[in-house]
Amino acid sequence: MAETTLAPPEVQAETLLDSNELVLNMGPQHPSTHGVLRVILKLDGETVLGTDCVIGYLHRGVEKIAENRTFQQFAPYVDRMDYVAAVSNGLGYCMAVEKLLDVEVPPRAQAVRVILTELNRIASHLLWLGTHALDIGAITPVFLCFREREEVLKIFENYCGARLTTHAFRIGGLQYETYDTFEKECLDFCDLMEQKLKEYHDLLTGNRIWVRRTKGVGILNAADCKDYGVTGPLIRAAGVEWDLRKAQPYCGYENYDFDIPTAKTGDTFDRYMVRMEEMVQSCRIIRQAVDALPEGPIKGKVGKVIKPPPGEAYVSIEAPKGELGYYIVSDGSLNPYRVRVRPPSFVNLGALDKMCRGSLVADVVAIIGTIDIVLGEVDR
Amino acid sequence: MEQLLANPYVPPLILTAVIILVFPLIAGYIVLAERKVLADLQVRLGPMRVGPYGVLQPLADALKLMLKEDVIPSQSDKWIFWLAPVLSTFTALSAFAVLPLSDRFFVADVNIGILFILAMSSIGALGLILGGWSANSKYSLMGSLRAAAQMVSYEVPLGFATVTAIMCAGTLSMQGVIASQLERGVWGAFDNYGLMLIPTVLFIIAGTAETNRAPFDLPEAESELVAGFHTEYSGFRWALFFLAEYAAIVVISSLCVTLFFGGWLRPFPNVAALEMPLNTAFPAALFALIALGCSKGVFRQALVGFRLVMAALTGLFLLVAAAFALPAANELMIGLFWFGFKLAVMVYMFIWYRGTFPRFRYDQLMDVGWKWLIPISMFGLILNGVVQLFARG
Repeated sequence: MAETTLAPPEVQAETLLDSNELVLNMGPQHPSTHGVLRVILKLDGETVLGTDCVIGYLHRGVEKIAENRTFQQFAPYVDRMDYVAAVSNGLGYCMAVEKLLDVEVPPRAQAVRVILTELNRIASHLLWLGTHALDIGAITPVFLCFREREEVLKIFENYCGARLTTHAFRIGGLQYETYDTFEKECLDFCDLMEQKLKEYHDLLTGNRIWVRRTKGVGILNAADCKDYGVTGPLIRAAGVEWDLRKAQPYCGYENYDFDIPTAKTGDTFDRYMVRMEEMVQSCRIIRQAVDALPEGPIKGKVGKVIKPPPGEAYVSIEAPKGELGYYIVSDGSLNPYRVRVRPPSFVNLGALDKMCRGSLVADVVAIIGTIDIVLGEVDR
Repeated sequence: MEQLLANPYVPPLILTAVIILVFPLIAGYIVLAERKVLADLQVRLGPMRVGPYGVLQPLADALKLMLKEDVIPSQSDKWIFWLAPVLSTFTALSAFAVLPLSDRFFVADVNIGILFILAMSSIGALGLILGGWSANSKYSLMGSLRAAAQMVSYEVPLGFATVTAIMCAGTLSMQGVIASQLERGVWGAFDNYGLMLIPTVLFIIAGTAETNRAPFDLPEAESELVAGFHTEYSGFRWALFFLAEYAAIVVISSLCVTLFFGGWLRPFPNVAALEMPLNTAFPAALFALIALGCSKGVFRQALVGFRLVMAALTGLFLLVAAAFALPAANELMIGLFWFGFKLAVMVYMFIWYRGTFPRFRYDQLMDVGWKWLIPISMFGLILNGVVQLFARG
């Protein structure tokens, strides 16, 4: 049939040999591949025998663009990678350039960065929760999650004028001072969030269908996580207490008191619980940061023209989806010589096949949801 | 006129024509109700643009679907592709023939009415299977395979629950079942010392699965199979499938209302003291309240046209409320009212499930069907049989 010619040659050859197998092309236009991910499924009835990810439908050559922009000019571009957690992307990039420049960021700027990044983590997790539930067939949580996410976006909008691709930080600190009601709005949001999380738990955690759909689905144990380089909530759900905010604190995270939620089995339900708990911990961090928000300057000693000395820097942060790393090489000119991003979505997506084998078609969408990918980041 | 109505063939024919003409409109408004109720559960407004509060949305949708291009995939089996939605709609609407809408409104009261409904809903599944298969698309094929497996599995507990109710009523005629409930003075659901609740609950669960509604909407699971068996359908053919789905919901709900909730009888039909409050005051007050709600809209709407629509609705509902206060009109409509009221509660429940539950997985669906529902329904049948044998002598 015409469809099989779309499959890569090796998949095609195998299907031609065995007539019991069905090759199903899922995506790039599919309601639950979270964008333009294309997964070629090899099925026996409803059982998945193997998967093959085809990526690159959203490739924009972001890393190459960096070579033709100055360091400041490139900063807004990173927001377009993981557009759901744009603030985290900006933080990682700014920290990498600051490391090249060897600039100290003032404490007030650091605290504001922490607040905004944690707010963004909650926003990102809310979007994950809504779409994940939608994939599993619960159509209501997505609207509730967007309702709360809206509050975060309002804070971003008040702070820097943008809601999604915020470009909130500048190299060396912040562009803008916080607005008058910033602290109050952040604290109000934390109160609201803790209250609404109960609502989500009522809707999903206690729901027998939800539990049956997620328990034991897409198990990825600690050893596999390490083999695949998987990070973030996925590795924590497998029982490894690995969070860069604790392991190699940056941005003053060592000053805040918070826990790393972990779970044991590493299935979809555990990842769900870990992310839900992470939202609580983020609220804790925001409260502490707002309470101890220091006064002072918001930008370090950075000139109008950013021209780092020749050298290289790698900085990685704990983005909502896992380890987000920026490797920047400077040749001493205005533009970076090379920027390489280590995107958590892309690396985590590598474990899809491992998680999907032997499960059912319905589990594939649940697993894509639980990995929490953003195609802008996968394809860059 | 009198002579014409006395002819035994004429009133059923008129009613048939009315059902065929009016049901698509009713289905459209059930869709609107579904969208509005879901919107309310999901902190949004739902359709608000076409007409005041979106009340004309179904008409706009119907017009759009009729004007759409008629796409038949080039690889499809054209005759079967054409036949499938027709078959689905035909069987779903045929089942209306035996629905006892009230004591005087029904097309036919056949002595195997319940069997007829079950047969029609089984043949309706064939439409889904053929539709998915003929489109020659993998998603459609998987959707239709799921539909086939689901229908077969859930017809068994549905059948057992129905058999229990039939055993309790002692007849297969729809009007007969209602008459038996009137005679015994208790709804089917609470008969046999409440033991009939077992088949009632099973019937509702299996009925949800039989109509492919959430959480059993696997044949059209949009997050997995895009749109399942009707992935390749569009325009009016798709609308026919949609119509069939909502017709099936109405039929299964009607069957449930008839078997277990007293059909067109008012609650407590044997308590004469409740005659006035339940049969006159309640419907009149209900429609008066709806009219009051609509009258608020007259002042809130900005556009003159929208105000007129709201005013017309207010008048219409006031008229209905007044009609229920008139004894002659009341007698004519009260059966229809109670049937419709119970039906609306059932349909609301279907919508509520959809807004609340995640979707089952294929193997779990089979698991629930074969390992739980079927044994429990058999147990319920035997238990009710034994109780009936000893209690009724």
